[in-house]
Amino acid sequence: MITLIIIELQKIFKKWRTYIGFIAIGILVPLAQWALYAEGLQGYQNMITRRLGDAFITGGSVLNGYLLAYIVLQGLYIHFPFLIVLVGGDLFSSEATAGTYRILLTRPITRSQVVISKFIAGLIYTGSLLLWLMILSFGISVLLFGSGALMVFIDKIYIFSSSDVLWRFLSAYSFAFISLSVVCTLAFLLSSLMENAIGPIITTMAVIVIFTILSFLPFEVLDKFRPYFFTTYLDEWKMFFTDPIDFTSIIKSGIILIGHIVGFYTITLIIFIKKDILS
Amino acid sequence: MSSEKIIEIKNLSKRFKKLVAVNNLNLNVYKGDVFGFLGPNGAGKSTTIRMLLTLIKPTSGSIKIFNKDLEQNRIEILSKVGAIVEKPDFYMYLTAYKNLEILAKTSGVDISKNKIMEMLEIVGLVARYNSKVKTFSHGMKQRLGIAQALVHDPELIILDEPTTGLDPQGMKEIRDLIVYLSKEKGKTVFLSSHILREIELIATRMIIINKGAAEVEGKVEDLLNIDKLKVKFEVNDSQRAFNIIERSNWKKNYLSTDNNYIIFEMEKMEIHELTKFFINNGIEISSVIPMRSLEDYFLKITEESSV
Repeated sequence: MITLIIIELQKIFKKWRTYIGFIAIGILVPLAQWALYAEGLQGYQNMITRRLGDAFITGGSVLNGYLLAYIVLQGLYIHFPFLIVLVGGDLFSSEATAGTYRILLTRPITRSQVVISKFIAGLIYTGSLLLWLMILSFGISVLLFGSGALMVFIDKIYIFSSSDVLWRFLSAYSFAFISLSVVCTLAFLLSSLMENAIGPIITTMAVIVIFTILSFLPFEVLDKFRPYFFTTYLDEWKMFFTDPIDFTSIIKSGIILIGHIVGFYTITLIIFIKKDILS
Repeated sequence: MSSEKIIEIKNLSKRFKKLVAVNNLNLNVYKGDVFGFLGPNGAGKSTTIRMLLTLIKPTSGSIKIFNKDLEQNRIEILSKVGAIVEKPDFYMYLTAYKNLEILAKTSGVDISKNKIMEMLEIVGLVARYNSKVKTFSHGMKQRLGIAQALVHDPELIILDEPTTGLDPQGMKEIRDLIVYLSKEKGKTVFLSSHILREIELIATRMIIINKGAAEVEGKVEDLLNIDKLKVKFEVNDSQRAFNIIERSNWKKNYLSTDNNYIIFEMEKMEIHELTKFFINNGIEISSVIPMRSLEDYFLKITEESSV
């Protein structure tokens, strides 16, 4: 099984499209860091303090690596699924397009092994892309701008002392990994149904966009459906930057997202095992 | 020929909704055979091969390979089978070497670099081992297809139209390689083709299928040589020739007349006698065309399938 996973990773990382995500993050994060450092942070600080009017006075600058990392994560996270589906949507469909199903599935391996090795390889790609984001947005920001107290605004202002920040970031990145794994697994499922890579990529993004819009539309009639949209829980990582943290809500969201991963994976497995390879 | 069955197919059928692709097919392939699986395009050859390789599931019937049920022993069986299904496709963004390495590892073989190079040497691609497959011609991919089928040293090799799209030299090389694998390496080869001549050149046993069903099966030499030949004599005056034949012992061999052609069924050694008979009776002969009945039959079903 490890051999199969390594082979799947080789297939992923030998393709040019795999590096689009890494290059995009590699360009966008330093750009965002530079822009925020050059002129945006004062605006950000003003925006937060303006909400409290004259009742709140900040001493010194809130600019530090933690704040930059938070802003970059918040800004890029919305677009992150686009980068995940580029590879997730290609996991099966590229084999169908290239006709390599025929040489792969006539080897002495089970179809379940094929599915699980592709699935794990997809998750490793998702994790590595997130790790890259973490290194650039968190690691480099802290390296360049140092650490300090973190002031964030979610529904209200939260200020965390420097010693209380690191675990929140690690937890947020871990939760983000679960969220993005749902996106990757959805793309993976659609990839097993289609014979070209464009279909799963566009369809996954369409599903995310539609569900996200439905999650935010201010109609009461949609309220009873919202808990069933996985997009409702995708940005739950932000809850790690609140105080007190509602762990019950986070665990519930995590279970729902993992349930989606298991569900999408199981459907893929059943479909793929029964599939006649005609391409 | 050994009596050990390597492939045993019983009452195999495959339906795609209303289309019956394979219909109650039975066949046996014995150890050491180069088994010709012959049929026109659309006869059900590739569907049968896909079922042999578990790419598609049969609607009914059973397949035994190495005397074991394929469905129950899929992994064990496939570890001893190498195959090309239709055109050979590879991971285009990888080199020939990397493709073979990956496919060998997927077959559970921890292959050495020397072994991969040896495979590439056999198929004449050693100079291009480090080139990405996307730069390969169709013929090169076809040869790499043979290499990937052999890379884990299988006992049974299943080749689905391996010479399609090759130039005459490439076709000959592939045929020579199949004969080498059979005679020198003792492999059993299941070779699908729609070209009778190809099967005749290299197969020991054969089956002809049409519309998903078996038509004839047996040793190639029996099927192609023992049957009486159909022989077409092109004459200058077919009516006068017919009148002469009517009054002779050759009447029993006469089949039909088609413009200037008079067609007889006869054994090979009789052709010379009939030719002499015509000449002695003042009939000029422009050409004599022997046609084996099986070849004639195969041409007929091929023509029908292409209409």
